[in-house]
Parts: sequence; structure tokens; C-alpha cells
Amino acid sequence: MTIGRVVVRRLAAGVLTLLVVSGVVFAAGLLLPGDAARAVLGRTATPERLEALRQQMHLDDPPLGRYWSWIGDLATGNLGDSVITQQPVTQLIGERATNSVLLMVLAALVATPLSILLGTWSALRRDRLADHATSLGTLVLASLPEFVTGVVLLFLFSTVVFRWFPAVTDATRPVLEQPAVLVLPTVTLVLAVSPYITRMMRATMLEVLDSEYVHQARLKGVPERTVLLRHALPNSIGPVAQVVALQLAWLAGGIVLVETLFAYPGIGEGIFQAVDNRDIPTLQALVMLVAAFYVVVNLLADVIGVLANPRLRAGAR
Amino acid sequence: MSAAVVPGDAGRGGLRVRDLRVDTREGVPVIEHLDLDVPAGRVLGLVGESGSGKTTAGLAMLAHTRGGLRIAAGSVVLDGTDLARLSETELRQWRGARVSYVPQDPTTALNPALRVGHQVREVLDHHESGIAVAERWRRVQAAFEEVGLPTDEKFMRRYPHELSGGQQQRIGIAMAFVTWPALVVLDEPTTGLDVSTQSLVLKTVRQLTDRHGCAAIYISHDLAVVVEVADEIAVLYAGAVVEQGPAAELVGRPRHPYTSRLIAAVPDLDGRRELKGIAGAAPSPDTRPDGCRFAPRCELAIDDCTRELPPFQDVGQGHSARCIRAGDVRPAEVRDRMTQAADETPEPLLVVEGLDAGYGPTHVLRDLSLVIPGGSCVALLGESGSGKTTLARTLAGLHHQAAGTLRFSGEDLPFGSHARSRAVRAAISYVFQNPYSSLNPRRTVGDSIARPLRVLRGVDRTTARRRAAEMLERVYLSADYADRYPDQLSGGERQRVAVARALISEPALLVCDEITSALDVSVQANIVELIDEMRHELGLTLLFVTHDIALVRNVAQQVAVLQGGAIVEDAPTERLFTDPAHTYTREMLDRTPTLAS
Repeated sequence: MTIGRVVVRRLAAGVLTLLVVSGVVFAAGLLLPGDAARAVLGRTATPERLEALRQQMHLDDPPLGRYWSWIGDLATGNLGDSVITQQPVTQLIGERATNSVLLMVLAALVATPLSILLGTWSALRRDRLADHATSLGTLVLASLPEFVTGVVLLFLFSTVVFRWFPAVTDATRPVLEQPAVLVLPTVTLVLAVSPYITRMMRATMLEVLDSEYVHQARLKGVPERTVLLRHALPNSIGPVAQVVALQLAWLAGGIVLVETLFAYPGIGEGIFQAVDNRDIPTLQALVMLVAAFYVVVNLLADVIGVLANPRLRAGAR
Repeated sequence: MSAAVVPGDAGRGGLRVRDLRVDTREGVPVIEHLDLDVPAGRVLGLVGESGSGKTTAGLAMLAHTRGGLRIAAGSVVLDGTDLARLSETELRQWRGARVSYVPQDPTTALNPALRVGHQVREVLDHHESGIAVAERWRRVQAAFEEVGLPTDEKFMRRYPHELSGGQQQRIGIAMAFVTWPALVVLDEPTTGLDVSTQSLVLKTVRQLTDRHGCAAIYISHDLAVVVEVADEIAVLYAGAVVEQGPAAELVGRPRHPYTSRLIAAVPDLDGRRELKGIAGAAPSPDTRPDGCRFAPRCELAIDDCTRELPPFQDVGQGHSARCIRAGDVRPAEVRDRMTQAADETPEPLLVVEGLDAGYGPTHVLRDLSLVIPGGSCVALLGESGSGKTTLARTLAGLHHQAAGTLRFSGEDLPFGSHARSRAVRAAISYVFQNPYSSLNPRRTVGDSIARPLRVLRGVDRTTARRRAAEMLERVYLSADYADRYPDQLSGGERQRVAVARALISEPALLVCDEITSALDVSVQANIVELIDEMRHELGLTLLFVTHDIALVRNVAQQVAVLQGGAIVEDAPTERLFTDPAHTYTREMLDRTPTLAS
């Protein structure tokens, strides 16, 4: 199977995944308690006003018909208007998406190399103190929910102990004008995803270091550095890439809590608010965006996995 | 030796090992009292069963030990330098350059992510960095040519998985010889290869050592292979050399009982020597007895044998043995040629007609016909890729992408096992090639054996367990093995369990798929004896799938030779060996290593 066919097949599977997700998202929107029209107009609204708004929002149409017209709009890039601000959802998403992507990219850029290094180092120090310490540390971090880590970080670095970084983001200014606000959310996310990547890296590295070809490279008189960089690392990157991608994909959902905690104006906080406001069009669009991100990241993981393995790359089945 | 003068061939002192000892971390010796001399241009064969310490000894020649072991004493002197005293940094200059290693399994020893040309060139990159890159490539090409591999750019750029097993092993050999080393250690480099590939590899090794005037140690469990390539042979048993001498002399006139038994375990292509295994198993490092380690398994053992490790006794012709009764050891008896006569009126048990089988678009078997007479042993002989396993699996109902007719005891036999009745499934049993993966590691041996009875014959639990215990004794394991798990058993014991599991449903046909190829020769002989005995006692019919033509002569009455998915010769065993009709059969006969060199 050539790399081109892998991409095409995975893309087709990705579109199918998104279609299923859209169904679930839509159904979830229907099941959400409360009435969107009442959420918009508030408790004091008259029945006539509510009815008019329901008409306007097509809330009384049969669900299947609404689903199809929503999908059709989605495919043409029309995400509808927010029922709260009456602005097009696309406009709303734009800024939030940029902010979230910025946060995720930062977290990934820090977490991936850090974990690969830490995992490799731990594997090289197998069964020594450093290895045990890393194992224990990653296990503790992995079992802490990210909002707990976030709260602890807030406590330590922005409120009680030190006051180095701001605790919340000023939503009225662009994020890039206040880079300090990025630090704590990024660190929280890094601490959330690194343990898994580190542990996976350690495990595959140990396996590879114990392989016959690594022994053989040493018996060829190859220096340890080259053994590691040329023989061990490329063969352990493949499986780790999958975990990195899964963690990145998790980030897309994981930022909901972290963004909310730090009041960071990204997709996650957007989802939170949309749920709070019964702002169904915004909610649906945001969730679909997260799902699309998930699909793309997994596709990338597959491509890296294939590229790292000549057996798959050359297409011998 | 006839060492032509080549670059790098100057001042060759050969290898001299003295009193080498390798210990475990707890101080238990794995090998000890090891003295070896290999002059430049000579090949020493190091023979031993699994667990004898032969790989440990081989790696010690590079002053390398596997995890948990260390070189505790002694010297490994190569060209005047004691490798055992060098630091890791100094050793790095030697390994790959002056002393190199060819591992057993090339499929795992080549880096899957590096192109083969680069993997070989890498050795020069580290050891001959003074020469230009273009020149290094030329050296790699020359090395490829020497081992009979293509030298074009396209081949160099291939990845290991794109090569056949034989080609991969030749890459390993090219890698070992590319730096013109003083010593090459080859650790079972032909185990798992077909005879034709094996004979090519053996020839190549011999040529290269002659041409480069390099000393070589060839490690194997198979004496017949070692005799083909070695000038001298050292026999290793339980961590110590028990006998050494010139190859032909040692094999023709063994002076240690162990060597003599090892020779008897090698299947004889002439069929003039009875195939005999060695009872018992070699002791592990921490259970080695005092005195002669072979004494507990030795027929000649007397009380004196258990006092101390016998010293080497010179028995003449540069030949010596660690045995106080060396003079009483007799070579294996030669008898009249065996006549594996077929039954006079054999009813066909299984008839195959016009069988086509394959995997998706790939055809493996084409229009194949075969008759297996009841009560006999039919050998299915073929090299890897010949389709022999596909045929065996199709007959056993494990492969159903097939067309044609199968008739079993006169009845039509469907292809997939799901389409077969329980009675038929019980009547056809299968023993797999690898006893290390064919037994469920989470199930006790007793459970594994009882399972077919419970599933196929509907026998209740208590009866099944009793029958399993009986079966264990039949295959010469004690009944208390029933509570053990497979990982507590040796390879030979596991294969006995697999045979017991196959026989418990009282089958009419037993399909044996390369059942000895993962085992040592001495264990192989035991399993073959067992199978033969069972055939006589239980009136079994056997389909014995193998790539080993010498083994065929010792087990089968009829041989079907499979090549490229078709049977090219089907004849009674005796006629196949005395008058092979097909060129392919003749080639296989010629290329098979024998002890009579």
C-alpha cells in the first residue's frame, strides 16, 4: 500500500467518522434540556415572542429535516448564526480557534520532544534511580486530572505562593499582546499529556534497545551515540507517533477544562459557554471542529507511522 | 593455508583463548576451562546443544557478554592483543573491524529501518573513516560480490524485509567480512535456511576465510553442517569443551561418549546408521554435577567419572577428549541399509486430486495430486516457499481457499475445519513447527492435552485428565508434568506435549509440520523415535512435512518432493535415494551435509 493510498483511505474513513459525529452532535443538541428560544429571551418572554423565535429558528420542524439542512449548510461552510450574539458562527470561531490552536501547538511543541527525551533517558537508565523516579512521577501526573494540576499551578505561581503569571486572560485584548497568560495553561496541558508519551517512549525504547539489531550494531563497533540515534530512535518513533497523535487529539477535548479554568478565550471555553447559553449552532460548529481536528491528527499519525516503517512504506502489504 | 595475499592480510596471529571463564552475576560459571586455538585461515567448528554455552563462548571472543554475564577469568588473545583486558572504548575499535560476528537470525539482526547497503557501509564509516566515501562504496560492492549478492545501486538501496532469508544472511556475512577482520564468529548462521542456501553460505564462508586469511569460529548444534566447513571441531557440553580434534578425525573416531551420541543423532543420508537421540537433557549452569558433566547421561559412566572434571587425554592425531574411558568409546554402529518397506496392500487413507490452493490472488499449489496409504509415513519434502505448509494446512482443514477434491477414508472431505464433522476433526491431528508458540502459555500442560478430548470426543473432565496423564507417560514424560506450564519445559519436552495433545483424540492421520526444525539434533532424534514408535503402536498414518532430506530417509516409506507448488517426484523412499528421477531431488541430495566427508 503506497502512502498515497493510505492517505486516501484514511481520509474517506475520516469523512465517514465526521458524518457519524455530526449525527451524535445533532442528537445531543436535541436532548439538551431547556429551550433555546427561552434561553435567548429569558424568563420574562411572552408566549407569542417565544413562538415567533421558535419559528425563526425552525425549532418546530421535524428533526431529520433540520439535520439535513444543517449538514448541507455545514458542507458549504455556512455554520449559521449564534443565537446569543446574532453574529455568524464562523466569525466567532475564527478568533477562538486561533487562540486554541496556539495553545495546543505550544503544548505539543514542548511536550513531544520533552517526553521523547525523558522516555529515552529513562530507558537508558533502566532500573536505576532515575528510571524509577521517572516512572513514579509520570504515573502520579497521569493519574491527576488536568484541572487539579491547573489549580495547583494557579495556587503556586499566580495567587498564593508566587505571583509570576496572571491567573486569567483579559478577554478584551488579543492573546498575543499578553503572552504571559499562555504559560500556565500550556504547562498544565504539557503535564497532562507528557506522562503517556514518556511511558510509551520508554517502553518502545527498551524493546528496541534489547533487539538483535541493536546488539549487532554494538558488535559492529558502532559508538553508543550512533547506536542510539541511528539504530534505536528511528525504530521506536513509529509507535510513539501514534501516542503523540492520540494525546494531541485528546488536547482538543482536554482544553475545555483548562481554558475554562484559566478563562482563556479558546474553543474549549467557547463550548462551555455555548452549552451554558443553549447556543446550539455555535456548540455544534465547535464540536464538529474538534472532531475534524481529531480526524486530521490521527491521519497524520498514520502517515508518520507508515513513513517510519519501511515495511509499510514500500507497500509489501 | 592457501591464503592469497589481500589488502589487510599482514601479520596474522590468529586466535588463542586460554582458561576462559564466563560467570553469571551470582558467580555461577556458564563456560569454564575454555582453551581454543584458531590459526589464521582456519575454521574451528564449535558444536553444542542449546544451553551448552556456545553462544556465550562465541560472544566472549568479542569480549562481549549478554546481560547478567561477565568474563570472570582467562584471556582472548587475537593478533597478540588480549581482548579481555581492553576497555569498552578500545574494544569498539576492534569489534566490527578486527573481530566480527554473524548472528543466528538475520531477520532480527538487520535494522529494519536502514537500507542494506548503508548497514554494511556503516562498518567502514566507523572503522575506515580515513578512506573516501566512494572507495567505501566500492568496498561494500566488493563484499556483496564475494557473498554472491547483486551489487547494483538498486539492490543496495533495498530494506532487509525486501530480501529473502538467504540474502539477509549473506548481508550479515558481507558485513562481517567487509573490514577484512582477523577473526569472524559465525553463530548458527544457516539454521533456518534451506539446504541449497545453506550449502551456498557454507561455501562462501570457506572461500572468504581462505581468501582473506582470516580465522573463523563456526558455531552450530548440527555436526553434519560443521564438518562441511571446519578444519577442527570442539564439542561443548554444559559449558566445557569435552572433545576437540581435526574435523574428519573427530567425527570418524569420536573419543568422548557425548560426541559419539551426538553423531548417532544426526540423520544419516545413507540410511546405514540408526537414528538415536540422547536421553535426558543437558544440565543448566546451576545444576551441573561434579566430575564429568555428561556422566548422568552416559552409558559408560563409572564411579570415578563423578570425582572430578576429567582432564584432557591425548588420543593421538591432534585429538583429545575429556574422558577417562576414552579408549572404550566406539563409533556408532553401521548396519545394513534400512529397508523402510511399505505395507504390501495399503488402502489409501487420504486421496488428494487436482488440488489448487492459494492466498487471495497468489496461487501456491497447482493441480496437485497425492495418495497417502494407510498405516505408512509419507514425507512431504520441500524448501521454504514450495507450498508444503499450505498443503499440510489445507489437508488439516486450517486453510480453505482451495479447490479440488479430498477424500478421507473413502468419504469426501470438505476444506475448512468448520465444515468437517467432529469425528473427522478428531481423526486428523496436527503438530505444529514451533513448540514455543503452539502451546497456550496460560494453560497447564494437562489442560492443553485434555482439551481435544473434551471438545472433540465430549469426554468428561475427570476422565479427560486421567487420559491426559496416561498420554504424558506414553510420550515419556511423567504424569506430574500435567500441572506444569509450557514455560517450565524445554523445547523437546514441549514438542512431546504437542504430540501427546495431537494423539489423545486417537486420530487416524497425524500431520507433522516441520516438528523438529526448531529443535537440536539430539532432541530431533528423540522426537522422531517417538513418532515412529507411536505409528507402530497406534497404527497411525503420518504425513511428515520437512525440508531435511536426510531425516526423510530415517522416517518415511514414501516421499513426495514438492517444488513451486507441484509434486515433482513421488516415490518409495528407497528408490528416491538410490535412483532419484528428478534433477531437483538430486540437487538436494548433493547439497545436504553429511558426516562422511
